Amino acid sequence: MAPAREHDVAVIGGGLVGSAIAWGLARLGERVAVLDEGDVAFRASRGNFALVWVQSKGLGMAPYAAWTKRSSDGWAGFAALLRAETGLDVAFQRPGGLHLCLSDAELAARHGFLMRLHNQPDMVPYEHEMLERRALEALLPEIGPEVAGASFCPLDGHCNSLRLLRALHTGMQRHGATYLANHIVDRIAPEAGGFRLETGGGAVRAGKLVLAAGNGNARLAPMVGLTVPVRPQRGQIIATERVRPFLNHPITTIRQTDEGSVQIGDSVEEAGFDDAVGLGVVSAMAERAVRMLPLLGRLNVVRSWAALRVMTQDGFPIYDQSESCPGAFVATCHSGVTLAANHALVFAPMLRDIALPAELAPFSAQRFDVPAAA
Amino acid sequence: MFRRLPEPAAASVTISVDGKPIAARVGDSVAAALLAAGIVVCRTTPVGEAPRAPYCMMGVCFDCLVAIDGIGSRQACLVRVRDGMRVDTQHGKRRAGP
Repeated sequence: MAPAREHDVAVIGGGLVGSAIAWGLARLGERVAVLDEGDVAFRASRGNFALVWVQSKGLGMAPYAAWTKRSSDGWAGFAALLRAETGLDVAFQRPGGLHLCLSDAELAARHGFLMRLHNQPDMVPYEHEMLERRALEALLPEIGPEVAGASFCPLDGHCNSLRLLRALHTGMQRHGATYLANHIVDRIAPEAGGFRLETGGGAVRAGKLVLAAGNGNARLAPMVGLTVPVRPQRGQIIATERVRPFLNHPITTIRQTDEGSVQIGDSVEEAGFDDAVGLGVVSAMAERAVRMLPLLGRLNVVRSWAALRVMTQDGFPIYDQSESCPGAFVATCHSGVTLAANHALVFAPMLRDIALPAELAPFSAQRFDVPAAA
Repeated sequence: MFRRLPEPAAASVTISVDGKPIAARVGDSVAAALLAAGIVVCRTTPVGEAPRAPYCMMGVCFDCLVAIDGIGSRQACLVRVRDGMRVDTQHGKRRAGP
């Protein structure tokens, strides 16, 4: 039997979360191995909508709003660093984003939601505003007659997420990280000085361990004394042919990519481990998008697909460390694009210590351990 | 480059391509009419702006996209000519609006 490979850190999961952390660790000089599945894995990264999004995040957990804003604020520097190291432009833009409402009732509900969000104790302050139809028309003349208004946040932006994943992989490998495809982890055994991982591609040893396997974390976490209650949530996306730039601001459910395609997304379904595309949901998404921007009705759709995203009970990320197996950490979230800057440049440096700092305490999965009601 | 087969001539129609009148025959697809008239490059690609010509002629390859009567990115091989039809070749990305 071949001897196990030795690394400082093993990151389980080579999607947007795992590769951002791995790049961040590798550029600090850590010897990193990224253990990934193969082509048939349920990859949450496939379902991303490439938004770097702040507005509407964090109702019920103000620290998540602050964590999100911090990543958004760090994104331009993160993109510049990736470009300098890899030559790849991830096309980050931060023109401010819109959430469109198709009736007065929707607009009033949106306003109420944002008031509740921003009235929370310890909520991080940032600029945002409600736009009536007339003000919105100045930003977006193409809106349809049913659009009542929108919320606008100047911090919102988007990127080319395909290139983001490629840049992170290129970058981490330039810093010496080892990418191991087809290394599905079957068993994790804590041992003196670290962990031994039995995988489909052989054994791997590492001093520390980061679980970044999306929905796979639910299976892996108990092996190192952690609980990560996540479940798959299906999201569907439609992409049109490429057209000349016309949409200057990303919308929660519609954006134009840097190469001209229009993407329509943001559906949410509880479908278990089933990533099939459903015509009913796709047509409802398309219908709403055309009511928002009627000119979309004349574009050809070239692709639609579905993917399983990662969801916790409260919708917020989990960053945690094992008490019984020191050196084992977990990072799992719904917004792997938005939070990529934090994962690479804030979270990865924290992993050099044996314990996560107190500022991440609100994200521990211990928040789900509520005593049963009498 | 292309010659018509020696078949009994069908009735003639006239379409415009980028504003110029082109003779075609009833039953021609737009793609066939373009090729018969010696117009090979019907579009350039949206990102790299590389030239493209009708290729599969059966609706599969999507290389023959043109604007027909003002609607962009239609498959020229799947639309039959009609007298007075307006065809425009496409260059780079089309416009989303009119």
